[in-house]
Amino acid sequence: MAIDFGKEVDYVAQLARLTLDQEEKKRMAGQLSDILDTARRIQELDTTAVEPTAHVINLPAVLREDVTRPSLSLNRVLQNAPRRQKDFFRVPRIANKIPEQAED
Amino acid sequence: MKYEVVIGLEIHLELQTCSKLFCSCSTTFGKEPNTNCCPICLGLPGSLPAFNRRAIELAVTAALVLNSNVQLKSRFDRKNYFYPDLPKAYQISQYDQPLAKGGYLRIETDGNYRNIKLERVHLEEEAGKLIHSGESIIGSDYSLVDYNRAGIPLLEIVTAPDITCGREARLFLEDLRSILLYSGASDCRMEEGSLRCDANISLRPSGSDKLGTKAEVKNMNSFRSVELALNFEARRQAEILVAGGTITQETRHWDEEKKLTIPLRSKEGSSDYRYFPEPDLLPLILEDNLIKEISAALPELPAARRERLKEQFGLDSSEAALFTVNRSLGDFFEEAAGKYSDYKNLAKWVQGDLLYYLRESGKTVEEVDPQQFIELLALLDAGEINRPVAKDLLNEMILKGTSPQIMVQKKGLGRISGDEQLLPLVEKVIDENPGAVENYRQGKDKAIAFLVGRVLARSGGRADPGEVNQILKEKISRG
Amino acid sequence: MKLYEQTAANLSMLLQKKEVSSVEVVQSFLDRIELVEPYVKSFITHTPAMALDMANAVDNRRVGGEKLHPLAGVPIAVKDNISTQGLRTTCASRVLENYIPPYDATVVETIRRLGMPLLGKTNMDEFAMGSSTENSAFYPTRNPWDLERVPGGSSGGSAVAVSTGMAPLALGSDTGGSIRQPASLCGLTGLRPTYGRVSRYGLIAFASSLDQIGPLSLTAQDSAMLMNVISGYDSLDSTSLSEAVHDYTVHPEEDVKKLRVGVIKQNVSESFDPQITAAVMKSVALLKDNGADVDDVSLPLTDYGLGAYYLIAPSEASSNLGRYDGVRYGYNSGGDNIEAMFSATRGRGFGPEVKRRIMIGTYALSAGYYDAYYLQAMKVRTLIRRDYETAFKRFDILVGATTPTPAFKIGEKTEDPLQMYLSDICNITDALAGVPSLSVPCGISSDGLPLGMQLAAPPFREGLLLKVAGFLEQNRDYLPLRPRVKLPEGGEV
Ligand SMILES: [Mg+2]
Ligand SMILES: [Zn+2]
Repeated sequence: MAIDFGKEVDYVAQLARLTLDQEEKKRMAGQLSDILDTARRIQELDTTAVEPTAHVINLPAVLREDVTRPSLSLNRVLQNAPRRQKDFFRVPRIANKIPEQAED
Repeated sequence: MKYEVVIGLEIHLELQTCSKLFCSCSTTFGKEPNTNCCPICLGLPGSLPAFNRRAIELAVTAALVLNSNVQLKSRFDRKNYFYPDLPKAYQISQYDQPLAKGGYLRIETDGNYRNIKLERVHLEEEAGKLIHSGESIIGSDYSLVDYNRAGIPLLEIVTAPDITCGREARLFLEDLRSILLYSGASDCRMEEGSLRCDANISLRPSGSDKLGTKAEVKNMNSFRSVELALNFEARRQAEILVAGGTITQETRHWDEEKKLTIPLRSKEGSSDYRYFPEPDLLPLILEDNLIKEISAALPELPAARRERLKEQFGLDSSEAALFTVNRSLGDFFEEAAGKYSDYKNLAKWVQGDLLYYLRESGKTVEEVDPQQFIELLALLDAGEINRPVAKDLLNEMILKGTSPQIMVQKKGLGRISGDEQLLPLVEKVIDENPGAVENYRQGKDKAIAFLVGRVLARSGGRADPGEVNQILKEKISRG
Repeated sequence: MKLYEQTAANLSMLLQKKEVSSVEVVQSFLDRIELVEPYVKSFITHTPAMALDMANAVDNRRVGGEKLHPLAGVPIAVKDNISTQGLRTTCASRVLENYIPPYDATVVETIRRLGMPLLGKTNMDEFAMGSSTENSAFYPTRNPWDLERVPGGSSGGSAVAVSTGMAPLALGSDTGGSIRQPASLCGLTGLRPTYGRVSRYGLIAFASSLDQIGPLSLTAQDSAMLMNVISGYDSLDSTSLSEAVHDYTVHPEEDVKKLRVGVIKQNVSESFDPQITAAVMKSVALLKDNGADVDDVSLPLTDYGLGAYYLIAPSEASSNLGRYDGVRYGYNSGGDNIEAMFSATRGRGFGPEVKRRIMIGTYALSAGYYDAYYLQAMKVRTLIRRDYETAFKRFDILVGATTPTPAFKIGEKTEDPLQMYLSDICNITDALAGVPSLSVPCGISSDGLPLGMQLAAPPFREGLLLKVAGFLEQNRDYLPLRPRVKLPEGGEV
């Protein structure tokens, strides 16, 4: 049973913040269906009582001491900034103005 | 139908470490923008996180004082979402294996105690700070990002939907702040953003145990605004329900100016955080011993202190409460009490004149030397100075840190008494005010008070009014 | 004597004996680059001035009598997903076309400290996603054995640089075969170390639980020398391991007596190019003739490796690549609100394969699919590890083909991602299990293309892999080791 990825493409692209044109979406839907059909074969395996492997290393985390080190210079921090204003990174409008609801 | 309000709080507070959670940048507040940043906290390609031991110890401390069950094994996950203050487009947080589970905080409302249940306590990283071009995020044409804050260790405390009104939420937060201040885990400064609170609020028919549709309220910047916002929101929802409407599940923004909540536009699907285990960090395994050590080293907590202050120093409830809420004032009192045994008098001075002059001068109690303070009370008790002089000296002591004993010696501020010292002043005042003297002689008692005042003024406040009164009367009747 | 034809080990010796200077060595490689590079395009950024400066500095130190590391003065090429301070690091992506890291990766810091002149940053598949280096946003790299063919990927630029004598050594990265597969297609030794053996700090992440930096070289000894300096614990990488680092040096007298060799049935499959299987079996016979104990072994979960890999790697990638949002660095599309800017920046900045994997990963992690895809894949990963643990009770090393076919034609698989993914079929399970795995040349096809054999060992036994590779090298009976690059206009270089 193949997955119809066509329906999912818009939702997933939005979640991943990827603008895709119509052509890309169409091609993507087909290719992703194929890939996921293959990937889905892992569902044949019985994995009840199998612990997932998130890390191949079976060791606890090593902890760092709470000491400070010099940070980067401001120039270095901002040297790659696509949009800069004074000593900040600048981004366009985040939230739109919403008309206030009538309170009754 | 009657409705009851159901509130759950989500509190984020910054832990008091020197360096950030995953890198060695300083956590100092108020630095020039983007100067406490490195490849790790900027999320530069290729950088990797490494745990700060102190952050974990402080988180365990906080969990312990909140009666939460610290987990020997916990795990860090990535919470994926896009936002300009989030450098990696994911927050390293804890999802299904948090640092601590359950717990409660005991609060007192109108003399009744109640345990507010907690769901979890976990550790995560702070995001950067946005500065909007306009007054608020809504309607601003652009925003500026400062990543100094990004990566500071953040403790998230999630309560059960266990709170019933805005006031209770405020009391919970006040007690929470107090207990966490005591634990040393956080400085809990809401005005600097090191303590923040979001709330989920819904209504349900009284007696029902099903939760209604909730709204999430954000942007409450003080304990008072939490109370106001939640009360506003409860009323708003009630009005909708009473009118037969339905509540929309949404995020609402508290407008501090207008004192109302407004909806924040939400992107559909934006709450699918796609949590998965952080591959760059191995699981956090806490040694049983570490938890025991932290547990043994816990400081005295507010409730215990309040009781002890009553017991040990005979303070009344309001004094004990003040010296608990204002921890440093309480510490000052206790240190002074070690060398001064009239606790009632000490408490009276600390909460009265000391606090008054501290406020006047803008100084903090940490800047006052308890030893000098006791000297001052001792001078007063010994009758070396009188109350007005003591107050002046206290003020000067706070401002300049000069010892009261030295001030008394230098300025000759010791008390003036006895005929030898007072008679010359009295005679002068009688000479200068024949009218008042005449009035007194004719039986107008008020005139004597005027004359006493003149003498006191001449003495620079160092004479005792009773003694002056007596000497004056004697002199006038004799002379 | 042409210096650019020498192995790193030979160069090291010549430098230590002061028979040549590092500047001479570097100049020889720079001349070679000038001659060959236009035909193969294995670099994204060339750093001739920097290389000469570093060589000069090393020469001065040597003249001054300073005791230097054996690799001091030996130049190196570095894959362009490894951060170099002050030097553009693009990941072969438009998104990072102008990105200049303000810090060095730990491995780069090491090679700078030792005085290894940096020749340049090598081409790759964008964000290391691919098996042919065709997914570079800039240009494909060509296989020097046949310019119409791919060099493999994603570390194709590093492989070609070494294969053509433009660099004696190169660093690559391997997530699911990206060192071993191009090593195989270009006739080199390429090692994927144990996960955690080499610090990942500064390696631009593709799939964090799988990525490892490793060497590509002409000989096992050259890889060993490089491993000796890049291995070890790094406090900046919480997943690096403090296990003691062995001396990986390969000695000419290595033998394989009593070595227990398991031939993985699935990796000498009948569906593979028979020439590859034959070449692998010939090497296996050589081991057996020299006293190794050889037997077949089945790793049944190999069939599921591809599925698990193509869920785990894209899932992690979808998260790792979220940061390319146009705010702090990299490409920015503009846009009048933040959402428009995010989506257009990412939509235009990433190439098709990267977008494909972000889509798969986002989908596999999204609500409702997590358990069936991502979680199941992580559980299958556990089963795969158990497969290996069981096999390593019986065998010291596991062998098979590195790739199902020799180098394929440019453009042959670009329209069919699944076919492209299948070219890594032999490489994926080692990566999922976290074990060290190496590709060593084992023959030349009738078309004159190199064939590779893959060896895997238990964690931390990369020394054994290098030793066996060294043994096979000593005993190989075919030539050449390096291609003559046949130029389209006629002639060869
Ligand atoms: Mg949180
Ligand atoms: Zn930092």
